[in-house]
Amino acid sequence: MLVNQFLFLGAILFCIGVYGVLVRRNLVLVLMSIELILNSVNINLVAFGAMWHANDTANLSGQVFALFVIAVAAAEVGVGLALVLMIFRNRQSIDADDVDLLKG
Amino acid sequence: MLALLVAQNIAFYVIAALIVFGALRVVTCKNLVHAALWLVMVLAGVAAQYILLAAEFVAVTQVLVYLGAIVVLFLFGIMLTRAKTGTDLDLDHSAAKKVGAGAIGVLLLAVMGYALWDEYRGEEIGDLAVQRTAQVSDSIFSTYLLPFEVISVLLLAALIGAIVLARRD
Repeated sequence: MLVNQFLFLGAILFCIGVYGVLVRRNLVLVLMSIELILNSVNINLVAFGAMWHANDTANLSGQVFALFVIAVAAAEVGVGLALVLMIFRNRQSIDADDVDLLKG
Repeated sequence: MLALLVAQNIAFYVIAALIVFGALRVVTCKNLVHAALWLVMVLAGVAAQYILLAAEFVAVTQVLVYLGAIVVLFLFGIMLTRAKTGTDLDLDHSAAKKVGAGAIGVLLLAVMGYALWDEYRGEEIGDLAVQRTAQVSDSIFSTYLLPFEVISVLLLAALIGAIVLARRD
């Protein structure tokens, strides 16, 4: 298999995630799009890790980095959803356009 | 060996098509719960790609953490924010902003695609040996011991932070 297959899949998934972050107004859906972006990065890391592993069987850095990204993503979703719940409790809405208290 | 690789390639393209379709549905779907369920398909497809790359431990972790925990968290988030059940037409920005966001996405894809094509054209992954879980754990607990400890402290901090934020007082 070509390494580019996986890299292009990651690139397409990343761009779809960026589109989702820009287009969605509901904050939960923005967080879902961020998950798409993190997954695309993980595909790249594991693909490069497999390529390195084929040359040097002691090297597993790609997989270890992917595991770290998964752990950080879990923390991010936990805190992110807690923030969304706070915003909903204070403003009865999770529309990203309604969160404009700092706008003069 | 060649026949095996043909099977792997067919599996890759089928799963990749499912992932891209599911991801497009996640960002265009008009129903919040359906978007979360399309996300399940994307995450499961990514786990299948990890298995194609012989990364068994990452695939299992993906299923456990993403499909098992994060999607359930999203469904909790959707229900606790009292989302409209059924179709909700108020989820997206205006059509003009959609066109702009689509243009940004396509531009980004063109730039990244050109860079990848230029750099990795025709490069093979090589002989995919199974990357054993024991080796992964050896790597984590020797080379990457310090980042691992930092990650565990980060997870604890995020846990406490989420509880403090979401608590009713």
